[in-house]
Amino acid sequence: MKHKNLGFIIAALGILGFATLLLIVIPSFQLAEIKAEEGLKPYTEIELAGRGIYIREGCVYCHSQQPRDPRQAPDKARGWGRPSTPGDYAYDYPHLLGTMRTGPDLFNIGVRQPSEEWHLVHLYQPRAVVSWSIMPAYPFLFERKPEAEAGDRVITLPPLYAPASGVVVAKPETIALVAYLKALKRDYPSTQLPFRSPRKTVEEASP
Amino acid sequence: MLPTVSILLVFTFLVSIAGLFVLIWSISSGQLSMGPEAPKVIFDEDELGHPEDPAGTKAQLASLETTLQESERYPHAHVSIHSQDLDERAELDHLARQPVLYLTLSSLLWLIVGSIAGLVVSIKFHAPDWLVDFGALGFGRLRPVHLNAVIYGWISMVGMGVSLWLTSRILRTPLYGARWAVWGTHLWNVGVLAGLVSILLGHSTGIEWLEFPIFVDLLFVIAGAMIGLPILKTIQNRRVHHLYVSIWYIGAAFVWFPVLFLVANIPDQYTGVQHAIVNWWFAHNVLGLWLTPFGLAAAYYFIPKILGKPIHSYQLSLLGFWGLALFYSQVGLHHLIGGPVPTWLVTLSIVSSVMMVVPVISVAVNHHMTMLGHFRALRYSPTLAFVVTGAMMYTLVSLQGSLQSLRTVNTVSHFTHATVAHAHLGVYGFVSFIMFGSLYFILPRLTRWEWPFPRLIQVHYVLALSGILVYFVFLSIGGVLQGMKMLDAAAPFQDSVLVTHPYLIARSIGGGLMTLGHLVFAYHVVVLVKGSGPARDRPRFAYRPQPKQRGAGA
Repeated sequence: MKHKNLGFIIAALGILGFATLLLIVIPSFQLAEIKAEEGLKPYTEIELAGRGIYIREGCVYCHSQQPRDPRQAPDKARGWGRPSTPGDYAYDYPHLLGTMRTGPDLFNIGVRQPSEEWHLVHLYQPRAVVSWSIMPAYPFLFERKPEAEAGDRVITLPPLYAPASGVVVAKPETIALVAYLKALKRDYPSTQLPFRSPRKTVEEASP
Repeated sequence: MLPTVSILLVFTFLVSIAGLFVLIWSISSGQLSMGPEAPKVIFDEDELGHPEDPAGTKAQLASLETTLQESERYPHAHVSIHSQDLDERAELDHLARQPVLYLTLSSLLWLIVGSIAGLVVSIKFHAPDWLVDFGALGFGRLRPVHLNAVIYGWISMVGMGVSLWLTSRILRTPLYGARWAVWGTHLWNVGVLAGLVSILLGHSTGIEWLEFPIFVDLLFVIAGAMIGLPILKTIQNRRVHHLYVSIWYIGAAFVWFPVLFLVANIPDQYTGVQHAIVNWWFAHNVLGLWLTPFGLAAAYYFIPKILGKPIHSYQLSLLGFWGLALFYSQVGLHHLIGGPVPTWLVTLSIVSSVMMVVPVISVAVNHHMTMLGHFRALRYSPTLAFVVTGAMMYTLVSLQGSLQSLRTVNTVSHFTHATVAHAHLGVYGFVSFIMFGSLYFILPRLTRWEWPFPRLIQVHYVLALSGILVYFVFLSIGGVLQGMKMLDAAAPFQDSVLVTHPYLIARSIGGGLMTLGHLVFAYHVVVLVKGSGPARDRPRFAYRPQPKQRGAGA
């Protein structure tokens, strides 16, 4: 016996198509009109390589990159920066907005913490610089050597965390990761704010 | 632009509401009425009043039958079922055996892998210097391994396996193209394995819920089609005219998933904020339009089937199904509340999230009203215990989801462990519980053997239930405290980290209980499949090959 009435499947597909139109297609037209923020620089080669390490090690699972509006949360007061706008993410693929704040928001970590040495030590052993941190240590991003060779980036550890002998050297990929973290600086003024204001929309705010 | 956007928003809302009203009208005016016989298609002649649960022992089944006959009155309850019908069922099981057994056994393997990865990740939250020497054991790699193993390995595979079996059983039709489904399962397994290894080696795409590399995505699309097409073909060639509600969910899930998966995986199409929108639209739809249908399809079959009585209201089940399709497909962007995305889009998702109350209540009334007065049956039917617990968790997790999408509530719960707790209540408390129950029912029929140690079923139930309760309750509390500290401008950020500490330890305990439960379950399944348990009254489900029917015209 042949039955042709698979109408419910077509209707089910139609409904999903409607949702796709609303949630994917229409926003893509709206967002296509948005340009990169004027003060935003594209990532350099080393920063992009570092971004790859950020993705590889899954930093996004604990760190968001989307400061909220001061009316919603005290993100700005914590030094996490002004609310982000779509133009701030113009060069981001894949996106790394994140959904967890097990650790702080990192969208402006480069502003808060410009020191390469601090970042390197923190990655090797977070508790060496932040006593209450629950971030995992990343010793595999470093090499232990009996002594430093030419061109090695040696990190200086507090005695409690330093190896008994030899030196700890950052791998090139780790230096790239820190270059990316230091580049997370959206301290330029936004031309797209207030993006999320209830009374103004993107069109009114954008140039 | 503002008027355009507002008009659009109002338009969408009106379309959805109009759709809902058309649906309610057509149900109440009998347009979609399928007659009082429709919900009874899952029963054979004279079967009403007869419970069925292959997972129970003979003694349990006898008690189950007595309990039900005390409360329900069916004219044929004392007539035994036609043995011809039972033979037919045995034959259908035999024909679906290979792909269903293969899919479910594979899914169990991924469940174990996923649970162990999850447990390690959980412990790392309170032991951050544990297992840090190798990149492959790092937190940020094991976490996506956990998620992808349980979503694409465990739930997707067990869901597809149960769906194959349900389709054949409900439509009383031999599974079409079982061989294709077996090959599809090979490919799917290769995909999961390759994907997990890629993540461990550091080749994640970095997109949550879509971490597998693109070649794995392609494998899934091909494998999914090889498993899904047999289902659609079986529906087309069915012997029963009416499509029972479970079939709607299964049929729709198998066409929804490829659309979602393909749209979300178009490479280099989206950047920045647009990418985040697509990402969360996909991730939430995977739960609602792929995993949820598996859970609901199974619950809609097993609850009435085990109790030997039709579902409470068949009309309501229509509302539940179309409501899910209409509203769930638009809820995803509540993951970006307060984020740098157009406000109207987020508002649309919040409205849809709240509207989800309609289908959720419809399903809840249907499931729980069918159960009403039969709670004693839970003691005698292992399948029912798992499935009904799962159905209750569905009501709970869905209402919580609607609540959590409101801006005021979301401001606290977003970015915290409370979201993770919520996700586990859904994927574990709801879908996994129903899948466990389904396997307890199906596997004895496929192996034609009984569960060797009825005690172990109880142990599994207690471990799984206590595990998810400890997990959910403590992690939710910890998450809310964390969120409140984060909103308190006077509290330093470290307070929001330190306040969660005891709750993170409790989470590991909950996760440990669940993992232990899975090991017990997996052991039990292995003994069942090997047939190496103690002999009681096996083999339980005789299979006598039916004489081949000669073509009428030949």
